[in-house]
Amino acid sequence: MGMGVDVRNKIAKRAAQEIKDGMIVNLGIGIPSLVPNHLSPTINVMFHAENGVLGIGKSPEKGEEDPTLCNAGGFPVTIVPGASYFDSATAFGMIRSGALDITILGGLEVSETGDLANWIVPGKRVPGIGGAMELAKKAKKVIVVMNHCNKKGEPKILKTCTLPLTAKACVSMIITDMAVIAVTEEGLLLKEVMAPYTAIDVIQKTGAPLRISKDLATVQ
Amino acid sequence: MTQSPPKKLMNKVVGIEEALAHIQDGSTVMFGGFGGIGNPPTLIKGMLDKGVKDLTLIGNDTGFPEIGIGRLVSQGRAKKLIVSHIGSNPFAGQLMMEGKMEVEFSPQGTLAERIRAGGVGLGGILTDIGLDSMVEDGKQKVTVNGMDFLLETALTADISIVYAKKADHFGNLIFETSARNTNPLVAMAGRLTIAEVEEIVEVGELNPEMIVTPGIYVDLVIQSKGVDWKWAWE
Repeated sequence: MGMGVDVRNKIAKRAAQEIKDGMIVNLGIGIPSLVPNHLSPTINVMFHAENGVLGIGKSPEKGEEDPTLCNAGGFPVTIVPGASYFDSATAFGMIRSGALDITILGGLEVSETGDLANWIVPGKRVPGIGGAMELAKKAKKVIVVMNHCNKKGEPKILKTCTLPLTAKACVSMIITDMAVIAVTEEGLLLKEVMAPYTAIDVIQKTGAPLRISKDLATVQ
Repeated sequence: MTQSPPKKLMNKVVGIEEALAHIQDGSTVMFGGFGGIGNPPTLIKGMLDKGVKDLTLIGNDTGFPEIGIGRLVSQGRAKKLIVSHIGSNPFAGQLMMEGKMEVEFSPQGTLAERIRAGGVGLGGILTDIGLDSMVEDGKQKVTVNGMDFLLETALTADISIVYAKKADHFGNLIFETSARNTNPLVAMAGRLTIAEVEEIVEVGELNPEMIVTPGIYVDLVIQSKGVDWKWAWE
């Protein structure tokens, strides 16, 4: 990602604040997988994984891993009381039927109308679709966490995505190393800036018009 | 009234060579597993050793370069993949971009349902996943009650290979934690299904309430020589 651990954790910590008690939550690979480390102990949620687990718990201690029990990224996990296992068709049945309250995904580009591109850079990188299309289209709330700019310093938040889409008009919030931006019917709304950046910095590095929230806050 | 099941259905346990005899150059092979976990390692190693090539592989993903199904892909044994994800196996992306291997991407949940449809005798499924994306290219659109859907065709295979925790001699299968993943679906969709299992028990020893894949879907059962997938994260 070309991003330090501290910045990744800062984004994950901010994303964790969007998770409320009692939610069903699916987390993507990368920064999203850091989110549980920042949840308050008073928040109890059921984490869902596309490979067929509802009720994922914390990472096991080294040496205590169960080689068959993992999350969708292939990393060993534990389960919480009340957890269940099921096949992948059932796992995606849950997603498509709207049972997920929130999903936190990585992104390559997001448009001002909430279109998401995150599965292919034609001719360069081919990670593949995985479960991103179902999650992006069907979760009740889609949060994208990503670098504000690409490796060349160009905006990843654009008027229109240039990369092939994962799903249209699906993103409701973007959390980056520079800002927290809501996708609204009136376009993008800058709600918070991440210190040390200012609203001016964010506007300069965003490829679509930004309205500034009346209650603009700074995340330290 | 029959007191015991027909004997001819109770002889599904075979050696690895007999199982591998069904997999040839050019076969379409569907595999269970997700990120390497739940791929049948003994069967995959057997396919590598036998030297089968020009395979069409259908399954969730290409695993890791040296783990599970990923080994067949990184050694160039596949001419075509139908998968949802190849990101954890750089060789897959390389072969695809060099034009040495064709890759058809399906969204993960759509892929699971296409496999399930193939296994339960359906021609395909209708889904709105993939509309307004590259996934819809070349596919028939169907309008139902005013809503648009893509028609996604069912998938079957010459051979399905799956991994399970336990089988009895009829081929009833139970799975272990998240190694279940796509295995019960893949087991249904092969014209011939081979289950590699950690433990083989007598008929009657598995609790019928716990059986996930009924033995009717399984043709051959082999004893696993052990799994290799935890290396993915070690």
